[in-house]
Amino acid sequence: MDWDALWLTLRLGGLTVLTLIPVAVICGRWLAVRSFKGKPIVQAALALPLVLPPTVLGFYLLVALGSGSWLGSAYERLFGHGLVFSFQGLLVASVIVNIPFAVQPIQRAFEAIAPDLREAAATCGMSWWRMMRRIELPLAWPGILTGMVLTFAHTLGEFGVVLMVGGSIPGETKTIAISIYDRVQAFDTVAAGRMAAFLLAISIVAIALSYALTGRVGRRHA
Amino acid sequence: MLLPGAWGGAMHDAAPMQAGLDVKLRQERSIPLDLAFSVAPGEILALVGPSGSGKSTTLRAIAGLYTPAGGRIACNGSIWLDCEAGTDLPGRRRRVGMVFQSYALFPHLSATENVMEALGALPRDERRALARALLARFHLDGLEDRLPASLSGGQQQRVAVARALARKPHVLLLDEPFSAVDRVTRRRLRRELVELRRELSMPTILVTHDLSDVIRLADRICVLQEGRILQTGKVEEVMARPANATVAELLDLEDEDDPVPAGRGLTASPWHGA
Repeated sequence: MDWDALWLTLRLGGLTVLTLIPVAVICGRWLAVRSFKGKPIVQAALALPLVLPPTVLGFYLLVALGSGSWLGSAYERLFGHGLVFSFQGLLVASVIVNIPFAVQPIQRAFEAIAPDLREAAATCGMSWWRMMRRIELPLAWPGILTGMVLTFAHTLGEFGVVLMVGGSIPGETKTIAISIYDRVQAFDTVAAGRMAAFLLAISIVAIALSYALTGRVGRRHA
Repeated sequence: MLLPGAWGGAMHDAAPMQAGLDVKLRQERSIPLDLAFSVAPGEILALVGPSGSGKSTTLRAIAGLYTPAGGRIACNGSIWLDCEAGTDLPGRRRRVGMVFQSYALFPHLSATENVMEALGALPRDERRALARALLARFHLDGLEDRLPASLSGGQQQRVAVARALARKPHVLLLDEPFSAVDRVTRRRLRRELVELRRELSMPTILVTHDLSDVIRLADRICVLQEGRILQTGKVEEVMARPANATVAELLDLEDEDDPVPAGRGLTASPWHGA
């Protein structure tokens, strides 16, 4: 078992969720309540990572984050090392790849809130923040939770983009999915099998947890 | 049967200057509106008209949920909306209580918590006590901790009325408050509202399709069509003397399950003129 890779993968998953979910909540709610010209284009752009081959996405991220780009060179000037083939670069890539997994369930959850509840909140004298805290976020919570679980589980298994942007540097960018691939290449099927089983178990627990929690919230409202 | 102390007092506060509600709305696009009316403190005005006549839009404009292109809304001397001066107070800063057609209760909050949300910045314990007192006033004691989904339609409607009154509103808006319940419940809720109205001193606007609601609850009636007022006046007068055939026809659209009492219906006093 490649414990380094496992720890790195869990860290990457956790940090991706922490970084992406606040943005996804803002973005998902905005898409749910606003209608504007070009909304289909925005939505299509956000869904793009779902349909793009990971290597294509990885290639563009590599170009966009590399030292040849303004982002990559600005990062290098600030932190003294490049963004690609580093954990930070991997995190940026992971956040971008996971946008649809986080935004879509959250957007659906906000869309499902009846508009007259927002109006009722206003006629109750609630401020925007209070309405978000007391009404909208609790009602959208199952969707937010689903977004978190999907993002985390998807990060654990992401392969193509990680390989393109991160390479396979042990302790820095070598995730468990890549470690499994390495072990298979080295005909070490026992180690590969162990790690694959572990990844499978984590994924099942995560999905089951999400269903159990959203089911409980659903019953409360029924 | 009285409202909890705090409400009884608040609802009979000395009326400030220009007491009551003044509404003037005017716009041509999307939903055409061209109307003006006033509602005195303690008075119930019924807005009646076919769907698409602008009843709900008018109500929403008063509540600050819809901004018309032009108009002016003032309540108890304070300006809520003045399109020319660019004043448009957001809904949460207008002291309105609104009962929505679907009640719009917060589904994840108990009856008590629903009412507590309308009690603003008071300490939590105080809000809880006030909310419970209000719910008890509406015969909901014992059901305080239930979620809306586990309450009957009539009980949900009472929670909605309690929530609308919790804010000590300066205007009470009722948007088809009986449309989602069965006939028997409808009669009972209407009786309760008749009793309640003796305690209310704010202007109230009732939007309804049902003429028997108007007859039993309202003081005045305002018949709308396509955003314009066809006729306005005391309920008896308008019923007895509809201004024209359209008004007579619109008022006759009521459902027949709840017969109009003798002396107040169209059948009893034929309308004059056309």
